[in-house]
Amino acid sequence: MKRYLPFIIVVVVALATFGSATMLYRAKRPQVKNIPESQSVSARSDASAHIRGNPEAPVTLEEFGDFQCPPCGQFAGFAEELLREYDSRLRVVFRNFPLAAHEHAREAAVAAEAAGFQGKFWEMHDTLYREQSAWSKAPNARELFESYAGTLGLNMDQFNKDMDSEKARERVDSDHALGDSLGIKVTPTLFINKRPLESQEKNPEGLRAAINAALEEKSKSGA
Amino acid sequence: MISLLCANDETDAHQALVICSFGLYSSFVTRASSFLSMSISRFRAILYTAVAIVAVAGLADATYLTVQALTGETLTCGGSPDCFRVLGSSYAKLGGMPVAMLGALAYFAVFTFATFAAFGYSRASRFLALTVGAMFLMTLWLLYGQAYLLHAYCRYCLFSAAITFLIAGLLIAVPPSQRRSGA
Repeated sequence: MKRYLPFIIVVVVALATFGSATMLYRAKRPQVKNIPESQSVSARSDASAHIRGNPEAPVTLEEFGDFQCPPCGQFAGFAEELLREYDSRLRVVFRNFPLAAHEHAREAAVAAEAAGFQGKFWEMHDTLYREQSAWSKAPNARELFESYAGTLGLNMDQFNKDMDSEKARERVDSDHALGDSLGIKVTPTLFINKRPLESQEKNPEGLRAAINAALEEKSKSGA
Repeated sequence: MISLLCANDETDAHQALVICSFGLYSSFVTRASSFLSMSISRFRAILYTAVAIVAVAGLADATYLTVQALTGETLTCGGSPDCFRVLGSSYAKLGGMPVAMLGALAYFAVFTFATFAAFGYSRASRFLALTVGAMFLMTLWLLYGQAYLLHAYCRYCLFSAAITFLIAGLLIAVPPSQRRSGA
């Protein structure tokens, strides 16, 4: 029996590791649903959606993002690269999904919406990500958001009024509620033509492959 | 004999230092094991068992990181705070495979070799030394990457580094086999 004992121990540990890894993978694997047609950007005519690129593009890359999340900041730079690369064939949509763990994320989302009321959502979006490390650690982030609004040439009285308005908060909450209903837990969560990206697609090559596949599918269905 | 060799050494200083250290350690192990009323082979078996147990902790850590890498959680917020800079970087992959997965395989190899070594398989101890040596060097590179290339640390990676250093320390403490030390 002693002769076989090391083999038995090794096999038991191997099986236990594999079993627990499989269970952990199943528990952690994102279970995100497709965006329903009724909630798609094309179906919403309230102009609350933030679209960058050709509004009639065949492929939509939709992001649920958090302004205080560093990977979202990294993704914002990559999204711009993709827009240049795919030109009129791609549009990028941003939806707010501020995580509770990030102290200033919700206020940053409200600031972006308030800037959006004056037609400068994307300018504020880019500024917030560029200056993320500064305002994330600031005790009073609102002051910095106001300074960014001033730099962008916004009407400050209107900006402050919008920051305190229910309308801006409702837009953030509406996006967040949609994200919750889709099962989103982390940011950035990305969708290509309403389909959530799989974990193996969450890298530059995977994302490009998903966009190319969506373009091919569109051209086939259009033909 | 050992003390005589140390005192009246006529070989070069480096050789003497190695021989003295080896001799003093052997003497310490012999005295310690006799004090504890155990044979050297028993002491070796205990140390190999300790290596195997510590390797299981490393295996659990590396398996957790592998699952995070496979689910894409390392590239997001809301999953593993603080670690995305390290685990989401290009240094966290080697030939397209997550480094954490290689780590899990290495810890499993260490566990396997240490278990067999504890049961007296002499060849397993040689494989164990080679594997731990490679892991030690890899750990130094990963620590350098975190400190000087990424300027960020991941607590799970630091835990893994501590485990590797502990395993290396335990292996250094394993006394040479009687056959070799007697030669």
